[in-house]
Amino acid sequence: MSGTFVGMPAFPKAAHDAVHNATLRANLRHATTTIRRKRADAVAELSDWAALREAGKQIKDHTLRNLDRYLEQLESAVTAAGGTVHWAADADEANRIVTGLVKATGEKEVVKVKSMATQEIGLNEALEAAGIRAYETDLAELIVQLGDDRPSHILVPAIHRNRGEIRDIFRSEMMRWGRPAPDGLTDTPAELAEAARLHLREKFLRAKVGVSGANFMVAETGTLVVVESEGNGRMCLTLPETLISVVGIEKTVPTWRDMEVFLQTLPRSSTAERMNPYTSMWTGTTDGDGPRAFHLVLLDNGRTDTLADAVGRQALRCIRCSACLNVCPVYERAGGHAYGSVYPGPIGAILSPQLRGTGSDIDASLPYASTLCGACYEVCPVAIDIPEVLVHLRERVAQGGPVTRAGTKVVLKPARGHAAERAAMRAARWALTHPGAVRAGQRLAARTRRFHPSRLPGPGKAWTATRELPTVPRESFGAWWKRTDGGTRDGKGGSR
Amino acid sequence: MRVALFITCVNDTLYPETGRAVVRLLTRLGVDVDHPLGQTCCGQAHYNTGYRHQAEPLARHFADVFGAYDAIVTPSGSCAAMVRELYPRMGERARAEGRGDTLARTLAPVVPKTYELTEFLVDVLGVTDVGAYYPHTVTYHPTCHGLRGLGLGDRPRRLLEAVGGLELTELPGAEECCGFGGTFAVKNADVSAAMGTDKVMNAASTGASVLCAADNSCLMHISGTMTRLGVGMRPVHIAEILASTREEPSA
Repeated sequence: MSGTFVGMPAFPKAAHDAVHNATLRANLRHATTTIRRKRADAVAELSDWAALREAGKQIKDHTLRNLDRYLEQLESAVTAAGGTVHWAADADEANRIVTGLVKATGEKEVVKVKSMATQEIGLNEALEAAGIRAYETDLAELIVQLGDDRPSHILVPAIHRNRGEIRDIFRSEMMRWGRPAPDGLTDTPAELAEAARLHLREKFLRAKVGVSGANFMVAETGTLVVVESEGNGRMCLTLPETLISVVGIEKTVPTWRDMEVFLQTLPRSSTAERMNPYTSMWTGTTDGDGPRAFHLVLLDNGRTDTLADAVGRQALRCIRCSACLNVCPVYERAGGHAYGSVYPGPIGAILSPQLRGTGSDIDASLPYASTLCGACYEVCPVAIDIPEVLVHLRERVAQGGPVTRAGTKVVLKPARGHAAERAAMRAARWALTHPGAVRAGQRLAARTRRFHPSRLPGPGKAWTATRELPTVPRESFGAWWKRTDGGTRDGKGGSR
Repeated sequence: MRVALFITCVNDTLYPETGRAVVRLLTRLGVDVDHPLGQTCCGQAHYNTGYRHQAEPLARHFADVFGAYDAIVTPSGSCAAMVRELYPRMGERARAEGRGDTLARTLAPVVPKTYELTEFLVDVLGVTDVGAYYPHTVTYHPTCHGLRGLGLGDRPRRLLEAVGGLELTELPGAEECCGFGGTFAVKNADVSAAMGTDKVMNAASTGASVLCAADNSCLMHISGTMTRLGVGMRPVHIAEILASTREEPSA
């Protein structure tokens, strides 16, 4: 396994492997069912949850509609507070900016707060290529990094690992990155946490540069907000001399007052907590307190393209709580890696194909990685209608259509591999608008019912591999209705 | 009131006994039902697989066939949700694409008049005791589109609880999807099968002899999984239970 998602197989293939990995499924099932129940309890405590959800949706929609204005306000406020703002159109540009900023300090290592944006752009790999080592300090991210693994959950990147696996990773890998694991380390949570604490303390005390993301950026004051559970993030944000924050432009909120909504909905949706254990906020620089230099890298990387799509843009409301992952039955079986992105689960299935386009096999398969059961929409604290966007993106994959890529409107052709399906859909559409053809087909199926195979070839093979087919009845309902005049003539099935 | 039955393409072709049960049930409750023979399919499979443009003629056909009735009743939560939730959305999308109001205006008449069967019984006819008798232990699976799309709530349960002789048992993980999901069952067969297996095992753990739902597509997937796994439960559509009486019991 490697640290990036390049060359991921399409979702059904990746999910096939995960479904047949008993340990992975057991780990995921245990974790998601526990958090699912806790979240439901935490949400049920608030009588105004529905109103909070609507408010969160409205704030985000309003901000997205006026994003240009709020980003300029944010830039002015950050600059006025002593920070420097950089604009990055894509991953390469963002990586170039950050690498340049670190090099300018003369440092060879950085400590990192858990950050989806830097994972999205592959910053650790870019820094590595420039001879700079990035240390992840979030406990789960540390496990992922030491294990040469990939994150599989938004909030709990190592959710696919159990305690025994984590102990083994600590024992064999910590020494290669710094302080080794204590002798005789067991798999008790307290011992594992202590091993990570000792290992990380060395990094915190030595590091001169910190790299973070942010959960929110308040435009009116230029304040950045990080919410986390361990305190490791706060160490990264306060101890280094230089702080570089890489944040997606959609993380903007207009005012401080808006935080009132999200600081209630985010912790309850994500960790089922009433309040977040560590909420760090920083505004530019302050003499004698915290980092002396602050850089904000505002990341686009497909976000304005997504914003141009009237249906798909609601994905940008996401506050990365991961409630949709925890409730999704497909995620529970397929695991996070199958989604081929730092954004797994239902939100990943609609975000990745918009940020990256539907050109690759994995991105074209993601909109189909759902039964459209609607559980994700139901739990989303900003009411993203994920099933609606999934179907919208399926249309883009199956039929092509207009999209915006790199700021330019283009018309996509249908993705490869959908020609047979398209032909079948067209044929079915023809038949279904000609009732006579449907009746003829039903009569034929009924007459040949004894010759129907129990195992099907072609696409039907996927069905009959694990399920029996229903037997075709002697007579369709329509034929019965016609023969008996709605059940009035044969005495059976109706007595009118 | 002129009530039309929309029996759905899956019921019509594969599960005609569900349609016959709906006829028996509604007739018993004094409803004069019609089954317009020109009906085919609501277009859900096309729409949900990403073929919205192919679904449009099917939706127009549906509106042509059913537009003149006072109510349209269907024994399928997902087909009812297709008409009620997604037909308006199709109209809006056509408008956004600069194709005017024609589609929206064509589809509008059928949208508020389309009811899922249990909704029609409880909300329109105002009954929860339909005079049924079904002496079996039954567990109920609320299908996703009925549960979250239409918001059927406890209507099916209230109807089942009023059935004579019926013992209702709690299905663990009831609100979790069975894994059918239309073309998902074929496109992501492994995950679909894993979800189906869990649903069947949960159902088997209740000790019930019958698994009941209000949608034959989900039941087709669950039933096929049960048979393959050798779980001796009968999957039955709720209409067949509600149609069953002492004098004329359902199979």
